Amino acid sequence: MADLTSSFCGIKSPNPFWLASAPPTDKEYNVRRAFEAGWGGVVWKTLGVEGPPIVNVNGPRYGAIWGADRRLLGLNNIELITDRPLEINLKEMKQIKKDFPDRALVASVMVPCEEMYWKDIIPQIAETGVDGFELNFGCPHGMSERGMGSAVGQVPEYIEMVTRWCKESTDLPVIVKLTPNITNIIYPATAAKNGGADAVSLINTISSIVSVDLENMAPNPTIDGKGTAGGYCGPAVKPIALNMVAQIARTDVTAGLPISGIGGITTWRDAAEFMALGAGNVQVCTAAMTYGFNIINEMTSGLSSWMDENGYTSVDQLVGKAVPNVTDWQYLNLNYITKARIDQEKCIGCGRCYAACEDTSHQAITMSEDRVFDVKDDECVACNLCVNTCPVDDCITMVQLLPGQIDERTGQVVAEEYGNWTEHPNNPSKVAAE
Amino acid sequence: MPNNSEVGGPLAGRLDPISLKKNFSDLHPPLDSHEAAVAADRCYFCYDAPCVTACPTDIDIPLFIRQISTGMPVASAKTILDQNILGGMCARVCPTETLCEEACVREKAEGKPVQIGLLQRYATDVLMNVDDHPFERAPSTNKKIAIVGAGPAGLAAAHRLALLGNNVVILDAKEKPGGLNEFGIAAYKSTNDFAQKEVAWLLKIGGIKINYGKLLGRDFSLSGLRDEYDAVFIGAGLGNVRSLDIDGESLRNVQDAVEFISSLRQAKDLAELEVGSNVVVIGGGMTAIDAAVQSKLLGAYDVTVVYRRSMEEMPASLYEQELAKSKGVKFIYNSRPVQIVGTEGISSIKFQNTQHDTEFSLPADHLLKAIGQIMDELPLELSRENNKIKVDENFKTDVANVWAGGDCTSIGEDLTVTAVAQGRDAAINIHASLSGEI
Repeated sequence: MADLTSSFCGIKSPNPFWLASAPPTDKEYNVRRAFEAGWGGVVWKTLGVEGPPIVNVNGPRYGAIWGADRRLLGLNNIELITDRPLEINLKEMKQIKKDFPDRALVASVMVPCEEMYWKDIIPQIAETGVDGFELNFGCPHGMSERGMGSAVGQVPEYIEMVTRWCKESTDLPVIVKLTPNITNIIYPATAAKNGGADAVSLINTISSIVSVDLENMAPNPTIDGKGTAGGYCGPAVKPIALNMVAQIARTDVTAGLPISGIGGITTWRDAAEFMALGAGNVQVCTAAMTYGFNIINEMTSGLSSWMDENGYTSVDQLVGKAVPNVTDWQYLNLNYITKARIDQEKCIGCGRCYAACEDTSHQAITMSEDRVFDVKDDECVACNLCVNTCPVDDCITMVQLLPGQIDERTGQVVAEEYGNWTEHPNNPSKVAAE
Repeated sequence: MPNNSEVGGPLAGRLDPISLKKNFSDLHPPLDSHEAAVAADRCYFCYDAPCVTACPTDIDIPLFIRQISTGMPVASAKTILDQNILGGMCARVCPTETLCEEACVREKAEGKPVQIGLLQRYATDVLMNVDDHPFERAPSTNKKIAIVGAGPAGLAAAHRLALLGNNVVILDAKEKPGGLNEFGIAAYKSTNDFAQKEVAWLLKIGGIKINYGKLLGRDFSLSGLRDEYDAVFIGAGLGNVRSLDIDGESLRNVQDAVEFISSLRQAKDLAELEVGSNVVVIGGGMTAIDAAVQSKLLGAYDVTVVYRRSMEEMPASLYEQELAKSKGVKFIYNSRPVQIVGTEGISSIKFQNTQHDTEFSLPADHLLKAIGQIMDELPLELSRENNKIKVDENFKTDVANVWAGGDCTSIGEDLTVTAVAQGRDAAINIHASLSGEI
């Protein structure tokens, strides 16, 4: 059995699956159920300053998009940070840590951008026995209008400044949660690192309008005829999150900074992909909100089985394994040539490949009267659209032309050597071959 | 509660009303909107889709299914009805397993086609329930067309002709419209008086008048119609049934299956309908299956379909045979009747196995003959082919200004959907011909 125990910037947990700071981690009751179900850790729902509690809307807080059979693909929310008194949260956190000492308990924090607030609350929370902090610089709705959340996360100087205040207030690990609502994730990640962060976590939700109620002409979710931008999450955001995680993992200035991967993780495979791109652990929210806490059992057993089958004995061996293979476009091998191949045994004759290629690509698929589809090698640029639209697994595949073979489209012999854009003759700024 | 299946002789009220109601409810319950969305999502939106090619009325199936999945069932129904004005009935009675659903690529891939028939029913039901008639007549052509028969072919022709601006008079021998939709289809395929509702909906186009109780040859003549109208369309169906031509055929309780089904469809109370305890159905088409299954559902103790050829050769699809078997109907293949035995009423039937040349007997107190329908006598001037009306590819007979379509013609399968296609296409040709376009 693979060892799933995790140590993320010094915080230990029996597995790398944490629940992200969100409604599922709002109070002792939920967190107790989560730990009983088997979750490795939780990031407690974001705590704010002491005083009158946060007020949430009392109309709908969530909007969704669905696939077939109402499978939830994306969720957005306009809920704010915890609306429970700080004192009660701290009391419950202390009890949880006492009852589940082997699990990770991290406090998410969001207070106004003034030094005294941060330096006041961090030690106060530390007394509960938490294992670390996560600074919420990510929420794109509500709190950001008050100069918190993503309003901080969008200004690298603020990130660095607040991170430093927190590091000065505690010896515990400080994780900075990043917003994806920026142009280049490297800037906020670098700022967090410069501020002394022990790790970053990403992504927070994406600023979004999930749909429009065409009857009432208002965004969903609609509160008394009006709507507002909310934070988008769930399976639909995973590709965006994966890219941002990978960019931090492979860019010199941020490489090596521990990353807690977040964004649409629904299965063990999603988690493994995040970890392969550099995430030291993962955080989950929407999947738990959709299916309940018991999905953890699929995640741990799936990851464990896959690791066993592939010879990984610990989680750390997987982390970052795919990072060296993430590169810039300019370094992709232009001499690597493939052609689409249709397995006639598997083909069911739907013609989607034909419609896609004929209407929207390179007119490289022929259709006979009796619905046999074939690839024209002299037109196929290997775009992969036919593979993506084919409804049958492995019916269309991309097969490599071996060096020495002729690419019928160009009439050129396939070269053996690697050749990228930087040295391509058509590149006006190519590097002269020595 | 009565349950006297084993009491001999055709008898009414073999089952209690609750069992009867259950037995004759919808064979395939309709999809609700969520089920329809899930079923619609399985459609691959094939290029030049094989299901469309397989549909005799060429409905744009991928389009109507996509319209369902985007929440536009009324627009979806319009797509269906544009091609097939009786799309609601066809959704219920089409042998989809040998048409669109057989051609569906998911049938090839998984043996589970997209539920095209049920999706078509979903869309057309939504439209019927909102009582929308999304068709508007073209300006009047001042042409008058007579249609013989208010069955699927005649109704489809009438709607298309009216749509194109013509005035239509339909003459039908019965007291109710619908033809086989009303008198010939198994009750559990057309529940809640759907055939009549559909005709009432179809007539909303306007410009169509139906005269009932008018039989060709008895109440009017073809030459008379030709004198009075600009064109004539004959969609008279097949008014007669074949006989077995064996000893004992005139015994009591020997009945045409068509008549049995018709009286069942018209019965106010199914409990008043007589059915035997040991029912034998002779034949192998849909009429045989419908008669056999309904006999069983009425409470017959033992129902056997005897067909002269093999299981594979049976005109009723394997799917329909399986359905009948699931209701408890037995099948004997490769056997033909040689004698009906009895004194006043029948008591048994002697058969010969056509492969082994052996004889056997089945006890029977009710025999339903379903060996095929044939034409009523026709006006002499119409040419015949295979004992049906000869038509060309435009459904024109060789008598000037007379067209024909549906089961009474020599081309196409005898299916509701084929009749609709022929009626529609004949109408288009009639209109083009009368307006001088061709």
